[in-house]
Amino acid sequence: MTVIKVGMADLKVIEAPGILTTLGLGSCVGIALYDHEKKIAGLAHAMLPFSNEVKNNENKAKFVDSGIKLLIEKMLEKGASKEHIVAKIVGGSQMFSYNMELSILKIGERNILATKKVLKDEGIRIISEDIGGNYGRTIQFNSQDGSVLVKTIGHGVKII
Amino acid sequence: MDTGKMDFMIIDALKEIGNIGSGNAATALASMLSTRISMNVPKVKVIEFEKVSTLLGGEEELIAGIYLKLMKDIEGSIMFILDMESALNLVKILLGKNAQLEDEISVSALLEVGNIIASSYVNALSKLTGFKISVSVPAIAIDMAGAILSVPAIEFGLVSDRALFIETVFKQEENLVKGNLLLLPDINSFEKMLLRLGVL
Repeated sequence: MTVIKVGMADLKVIEAPGILTTLGLGSCVGIALYDHEKKIAGLAHAMLPFSNEVKNNENKAKFVDSGIKLLIEKMLEKGASKEHIVAKIVGGSQMFSYNMELSILKIGERNILATKKVLKDEGIRIISEDIGGNYGRTIQFNSQDGSVLVKTIGHGVKII
Repeated sequence: MDTGKMDFMIIDALKEIGNIGSGNAATALASMLSTRISMNVPKVKVIEFEKVSTLLGGEEELIAGIYLKLMKDIEGSIMFILDMESALNLVKILLGKNAQLEDEISVSALLEVGNIIASSYVNALSKLTGFKISVSVPAIAIDMAGAILSVPAIEFGLVSDRALFIETVFKQEENLVKGNLLLLPDINSFEKMLLRLGVL
């Protein structure tokens, strides 16, 4: 089956069959949207919560808010309908721990909060998630059934 | 000036940071451990940040990263990166040949020595530029390269920016440690640095 790679600050949409993959998610968040009826899958690998918090924001896929909106748009273009789209979210971990409370280091958590808020505003339900912790994750999102395989180093493999 | 020639001049100026930094690091290690540490001539590269993980063996490659933030005249971050074989060899140099990477003390030892090595480069940079640079407390992560590198990427919005990559092989008896030093000044600091080094 074709495997299409989604890089950091990147997003892709495919129709079944095919797998979308993103490797080594750390504090970034992987947002997998799926239309069950049409078997259309979209995956975004966003780095930061909100595009209006940053000056340099041309790359929409870099941000949770603009990334999700663009991802939905691209899925609708391919024939998906919004009411059939559900979400699975992965990532948002904290790779380095410090004693100091630096807000930037909690970026994983902020990415997750932003993802949940934006999806709620868009009326898209999160049906499963694998988030937080202090380790990296690789995901494989199968457009045939919407399953998301999450691989880690030392923290197991699971399908969500 | 075209980017190719520019990169060449930048690399020339930055090689000095690599040479002095690695020299400082080897000396610091040797005196800390009362042993002989030799090293090769460091390889210095200026690469796009997104290519760093490829250079390390891919986003899913298991690496150890010791991360410090740079503050004051230069802002950005610095990361000392080891592949697993080098991390184990370094732990053996520090704690003896029966040491295991899984031991908690090994991780603390790597953190401490990574801190010393990274600081050696920061001192070299500071000396060559005359800039005052201070560093944060160090932190360590052992995980997928992509996940570890996402931290500086997010912090400085770095996806397509350039990073300075210094590869040095340190040697103590039969133990080889390939240390990769990643210097990630934010965009303004990178320019400031090059101006001071006479490249721009």
